[in-house]
Amino acid sequence: MFNQKKFIVSHAPFWHDESKVSVRYYNILIATLPAVIFGIIQYGMPAVAVVSLSVSSAIFWELLMNRLTKRPITITDGNAALIGMLFAMLLPATSPWWLVVTGTFVAIVIGKHIYGGIGANPFNPVMVGIAILTLSWKGFLNFDQALLNYDLGYSMVYPLAALKNFGTVAIGAFSPGDLLLGRQSGGIGATFGLGLIIGGIYLMLRGFIRWEISVSFLAGVFITALIFHLFDGARFGGPVFHILTGYTLIGAIFLATEDSSSPANLIPMFIYGAGGGILTMLIRNIGIFHDGVVFAILIMNILNPLLDKIRPKAIGKVV
Amino acid sequence: MLKKLFGGLATPRIDYIPLEGRLPVPVNILLPPKVTLVLDIAMDAKDAILPKIGDTVKTGQKLTLVEDGRVYAISPATGTISAVTPFRGEMGQVGTAVLIDTAKKEDPDDQFAAAAQEPALASAAAFLAGLPGNPPFKVFGDPEKSIHTIVINGADGDLLVATQQFVVQSRIDAIAKGIAVLKRITGIENVTLAVPVNVMGGYGSIGAEVKFVDTAYPSALPHMILKDVLGKVIPAGKGAEDLGVCIFNAEAVASIGRAYEDGKIPFQKLLTVIKKDGSKGLVSARIGTPVKDILKAVGETVADRDRVILGGPMTGVSIYTLDYPVRPDTDALMIQDKDSIPFVSDYPCINCGECLRVCPAKIPINMLVRFLEAGQYQEAVDLYDLYACFECGLCSYVCVSRIPIFQYIRLAKYELNRIETAEVTNV
Repeated sequence: MFNQKKFIVSHAPFWHDESKVSVRYYNILIATLPAVIFGIIQYGMPAVAVVSLSVSSAIFWELLMNRLTKRPITITDGNAALIGMLFAMLLPATSPWWLVVTGTFVAIVIGKHIYGGIGANPFNPVMVGIAILTLSWKGFLNFDQALLNYDLGYSMVYPLAALKNFGTVAIGAFSPGDLLLGRQSGGIGATFGLGLIIGGIYLMLRGFIRWEISVSFLAGVFITALIFHLFDGARFGGPVFHILTGYTLIGAIFLATEDSSSPANLIPMFIYGAGGGILTMLIRNIGIFHDGVVFAILIMNILNPLLDKIRPKAIGKVV
Repeated sequence: MLKKLFGGLATPRIDYIPLEGRLPVPVNILLPPKVTLVLDIAMDAKDAILPKIGDTVKTGQKLTLVEDGRVYAISPATGTISAVTPFRGEMGQVGTAVLIDTAKKEDPDDQFAAAAQEPALASAAAFLAGLPGNPPFKVFGDPEKSIHTIVINGADGDLLVATQQFVVQSRIDAIAKGIAVLKRITGIENVTLAVPVNVMGGYGSIGAEVKFVDTAYPSALPHMILKDVLGKVIPAGKGAEDLGVCIFNAEAVASIGRAYEDGKIPFQKLLTVIKKDGSKGLVSARIGTPVKDILKAVGETVADRDRVILGGPMTGVSIYTLDYPVRPDTDALMIQDKDSIPFVSDYPCINCGECLRVCPAKIPINMLVRFLEAGQYQEAVDLYDLYACFECGLCSYVCVSRIPIFQYIRLAKYELNRIETAEVTNV
């Protein structure tokens, strides 16, 4: 028995498909790049500064919380970097440094770590961060005000604000093609619709996000916007306009699909997505905010645990 | 190792790799110097009558371990008993191992030959429970279960394993004889043979209805066969016999056929050997042959920190010593190199939902695992269908966080079973 070889003994299964948390989040980071790079080309160095600071400060807060809570260092899994990146994508390029750092603090520390870290957050951390900033420093997140000094060769009014204040007459200048190609003002990574869609399709094909949520979110926006538009075409914008402006696309693809705060069963995913889309349109059309994506997603996050109770009956379940 | 073969939109699936082209010729392993018999009774059990060291046994001799013959073993070889030791299996399973030093000259025992003249359930149950393929004769003796259907599983439950497929393709005559015997001794006319969909032809006069099993894992596991082939769903926590169905492996049926035809109990067990490099082959070894003798015969070497698995990659059992014997239900022997062993982690569940989509039993694993991690096993049963799990292992296979989900499930079932046993015995 003394020259017995020592084997690894464990329970089945002995295989793994080699997926990893870090691979998942790095792929989502890659998918954000088309939109982010376009934003950087549009807004120049200030955008680079915001994106860099946001990603790095998010990682810093994550590291700090890892140390404080005496847990393993998780900055390499890409989740903090992704939160920082998505957060930067929602901000105007002119955001001051303290706004970015505060925002990532709220997102990482309050939105994620207080609830127990990755996978335990009931709300999308990015949404928590941006919601608190929106409520606290309204002016910095008002794109008309923030991007006042920019002239990129097209109408620099924030489309959703123009629509809200002046009705559909004011948005006649925005053609869907221009909106899709990012010829509109807005967050650094939220305006280039085509880039977001490319990233989204990549993620759906690779299985890193749940397509059901994205598609039903957009369907919810589309149908609700259509109903409002048919009801009063002078006050409410059309469905295509609403899909291509504001945070709709980034919300549908990157924000509503956050793993921990969204449901995982089929029917709940459709309800969650569609609910988010409908709420977005209700807030935009009859609420006081220009864009409703942030609050719509936060509200649907609250419903998530309840929604995920709708599930298929397990095979062999006897009740 | 198989990678994920599917995109994000398609339903996840891993296919069984069928036995194709010309059938391989199994490598015949010579009778080893020592064989080990494993008996399902604790060595220190009160009513155990242990075999004596130094006794000689004949090939086919019945060793009764309990007075009433409930637990017995048939010696697979002629020789002298050299040791009797406790045997520990997976999940606290206890048994007794009897080591036999084999003699060069085989001396057959003819106890069974007399019984084989007139096939009967009693003689089958008394002599054939340890046949290659492990026929479940015990079920017929259970007065609470009335069996009305027999399903013969000609598909291998686990990935990479080709044993049962090989039996179906190469021993169809023996299976036909086995079916005839089974019908005669049990009186059950309702016999179904389930074979992989890609194994074609030659079942004309087999005496059973032939049905096909899909090629995607885990459709050849008993629960899925019953659901897809017979359209019967096994209630959570129950077995096929609770529905009146008894599942035999194809190899068991072929062995029964052969036993009654020859009047001799067959002891050669077929198994698929999956080497470190992924290549596989079939071997035929005497039941009781230690794993090390098989590895020597197929030219495979193992090193420290490798993994030696009895069974396939999804449902097998890893062992800690090469002295472990081939048992009647060992369908495969798999060696995994230390560099290709995937490790699990204590990372939290990120709720990605991969497990939900892959689970054939539709268990809400993303929620279940939270309760299992916290040790709240009863809640896991009541709220999240723990007992609906029929142990295919796919949840652990796809877990992005690499949580040992399936291991948690097995632990939970084991612990609950322990609590239940303790409650029963305390009354």
